[in-house]
Amino acid sequence: MASNKQNEFDVIVIGGGITGAGTARDCSLRGLKTLLIERNDIADGATGRNHGLLHSGARYAVTDQESATECIQENMILKKVANHCVDDTTGFFITLPEDDLAYQAKFVESCTKAGIKAEILDPEEAKRLEPSVNPDIIGAVRVPDGSVDPFRLCSSNVVDAKLHGAKVLVYNEVIGFIKAGDTITGVKVYDKQTHETAEYRAPITVNAGGIWGHKIAGMAGAQIGMFPAKGALLIFAHRVNGIVLNRCRKPANADILVPGDTVCVIGTTSTRVPYEECDNMKVTPEEVSLLISEGEKLAPCLKDTRILRAYAGVRPLVSADNDPSGRNISRGIVLFDHETRDGIKGLITITGGKLMTYRLMAEMATDLVCKKLNNGNKCETRTTPLPGSGEGDVKEVSKKIWANPTTAQKATVGRAGSFASKIGMQSKEDLSLVCECEEVPESEVNNAIQNLDVHNLVDLRRRTRVGMGTCQGELCACRAAGLLGKAHGCAERARQDLVDFMNERWKGIYPVARGESLREAEFTEWVYSECLGLGDEQ
Amino acid sequence: MKNQNTDNFEQCIKCTICTVYCPVVPVNPAYPGPKQAGPDGERLRIKNNYFFDEALKYCLNCKRCDVACPSGVKISDMIQEARINYSQHSPKLRDMMLASTDFMGTLATPFAPIVNGVLPLKPVKAVLDGVLGIDHRRTFPKYSGEKFESWFNKKAAEKQKYFKKQVAYFHGCYVNYNYPQLGRDFVTVMNALGFGVNLLDKEKCCGVALIANGMSGKAKKNAMHNVEVLGKAVEKGLPVLTTSSTCVLTMRDEYPELLKVDNTAVRDSLSLATKFIFGLMDSGKVKLAFKKDYKAKIAYHTPCHLEKLGWGVFSTSLLKMIPGVEFTLLDSNCCGISGTYGFKKENYDNSQAIGAPLFEQIGRIAPDFVACDCETCKWQIEMSTGYTVKNPISVLAEALDIEETTKLNA
Repeated sequence: MASNKQNEFDVIVIGGGITGAGTARDCSLRGLKTLLIERNDIADGATGRNHGLLHSGARYAVTDQESATECIQENMILKKVANHCVDDTTGFFITLPEDDLAYQAKFVESCTKAGIKAEILDPEEAKRLEPSVNPDIIGAVRVPDGSVDPFRLCSSNVVDAKLHGAKVLVYNEVIGFIKAGDTITGVKVYDKQTHETAEYRAPITVNAGGIWGHKIAGMAGAQIGMFPAKGALLIFAHRVNGIVLNRCRKPANADILVPGDTVCVIGTTSTRVPYEECDNMKVTPEEVSLLISEGEKLAPCLKDTRILRAYAGVRPLVSADNDPSGRNISRGIVLFDHETRDGIKGLITITGGKLMTYRLMAEMATDLVCKKLNNGNKCETRTTPLPGSGEGDVKEVSKKIWANPTTAQKATVGRAGSFASKIGMQSKEDLSLVCECEEVPESEVNNAIQNLDVHNLVDLRRRTRVGMGTCQGELCACRAAGLLGKAHGCAERARQDLVDFMNERWKGIYPVARGESLREAEFTEWVYSECLGLGDEQ
Repeated sequence: MKNQNTDNFEQCIKCTICTVYCPVVPVNPAYPGPKQAGPDGERLRIKNNYFFDEALKYCLNCKRCDVACPSGVKISDMIQEARINYSQHSPKLRDMMLASTDFMGTLATPFAPIVNGVLPLKPVKAVLDGVLGIDHRRTFPKYSGEKFESWFNKKAAEKQKYFKKQVAYFHGCYVNYNYPQLGRDFVTVMNALGFGVNLLDKEKCCGVALIANGMSGKAKKNAMHNVEVLGKAVEKGLPVLTTSSTCVLTMRDEYPELLKVDNTAVRDSLSLATKFIFGLMDSGKVKLAFKKDYKAKIAYHTPCHLEKLGWGVFSTSLLKMIPGVEFTLLDSNCCGISGTYGFKKENYDNSQAIGAPLFEQIGRIAPDFVACDCETCKWQIEMSTGYTVKNPISVLAEALDIEETTKLNA
């Protein structure tokens, strides 16, 4: 395909995870004509496969002051600019009888040094504030941890990038670079939906591919030693705790329980995995047992709490030494200018880091992009709110939009923030529920299909929480498939999508398919195969 | 944050059978239904109690959802508990009046002829409707001129001690203030079966109307008092009987589940009179002799709370045992009144719509009278169909050859 104006940009960002989305937003805010390319859906990789913990930095305070300082700064920024994505729960670092209470003093000292407010609480007070916490605790420290919805955060960055003129291509995979001598001048892209290839040009390309950035850099002729470290997590069916629970000891397996939206998440494990497995993570029975047994130490009631799903992500760590667990590698941000590093002009890589520091990573990458393009605009993402970040909490934002909001309207505000005012939610149809567990109304689903780059049910789930509740798609998936079928004008595509979605849900249920989750999965199977006739495909 | 008692919402597998069986859903689209109001809503409320939906007030607390649930989820408790914990609406004067059955009864009984004469008057109903929000179409239960307790102490108490076997009787507000005849029938029947009847040491209202009207604090006080006085009877080895399915359900199940009042010492001693009598019959401990010429065409309505207890079979079995009775068990339907719910102006139309299938069936059968173990079902059915409703104990009192039965059990 011949290049034309439409395919020419100032900067191309590869990777629709939080780092790429944040970078695309920062670039477009600084007036650059930006293209964001993602091979699947946004937030498909590690962005959507973590705790959703809004770190205060306390976890790293003792071992990694630099990360801790970055975290607390970003923590305070996100609470302001992305308040619809953040739940300001606070967090406890608890000491159990088996832990060394002496660590607490060192921990508090390190937190204070990094600028993290760390208050020692009386264990009785901690139990009163968080009734689910292990009653045997001998110590508790309160820190400004919280939870953050990574899907929402990523989507808000993409929305804002688009509002500032960025072009976003999802389901488009970079299959090669266009080079002029030692300079990268663009990318070759394969559209997975139309099966066509295209070329896009820009004087500078940012590789924000996370763990897959290793392969992308390789295509350009640069070597990055990535360290794929798998982390497995379990989702419990409701919020057992209201406050993030951590262990006050050196970071280890399964020692964080995060309340996120209607659920809570325990994690993680850390295991080195080969690159080939990065695209198809599986949670093993051993990991499930470990997560449950360690999780119970934080909140004993987890023992009797229904587990919804298991999932795993790959940390995009840059390998520095031969640590077999990956636990001791710095979560530090890595920015490579391949011109100075490898003699490849027009390409930079931003990697390492973590969800918490995505904005800072984006700022660093964009600063370098601007430097190379002689763009003098300053970064605004520290203070400019993301779309949806409103004044006040769910209650205040809801009341600003409606005099007497319904539960569905409140729930939509809980997800979309002040952006909910832009979704028409008046008629009976608008407010009829697609997802009953999470109270997602039809209008919110239709808005996502029309405006948020939703191509299938999995994408829709990431934008709206449809299918994330206890029923795991039992009641909502077929309704949502109907709306997608209507929007795309193709029932057959919607039918196949429904099959894929139910199989994707089952993949996460399978490792924890026991008790009520198994009963529900069997009921769901019966509904879809016997009532809806999807038996053969499944 | 985590409520141990309602945690069983996780057993819900979203089959939605509860919503199918909810009598409110088909008549009131503003009510989200038991699944949404119960297990689904609970997850959201745990996240943020701002997600509490005031439409939960439309729940009748008929507990048909609990009976329907194949997963054993305590849906109705979850809904009532959410109302207790999160509702922003404080009870209005009307709600307090409707809820305070014993207080209002104490006030009204001495002036019963006046109250009974005044309440049905159009201007009074207009005031009740306009000012208080009590629907003008609603017929009020009449107040009795003499409390059951007064009658019992004057006319019956003395001879009770001559019976070898003894039971305690929780008569409830309705028997005490509105319909002492049922209490008298109970004493007649129990005496004929060889049992002396003891009243409790000053019972208070079971509290069901207080719970329904958002006065759970007062309900809890009543519950604690009642558990104490029930305990005194149980310590003496007395079974405690009621003639109201709702009073017994409240004291057995709502006290511990909803009001968090421990009743383990008395719970198993609480029973419905018909269940107790059936048990005696079934084990051959008592014999019944019926009047030779008794004839009646009876249609029995199972109150929702009796369905929840699973005890309807005892009342129906007793009635079917009576020679000369042509018996029909009415379809399982809610009558729609649900205690004080149907008295409220905003609920009146829904209340009548819920009861419509029941009223129609009674009309088709055209019985001599309807039998039922619940006083509020009685008001609703009598008002809405014109048929008289009798408690099975009153039917027994009517049908038994008291003299002969007394001899058989002496």
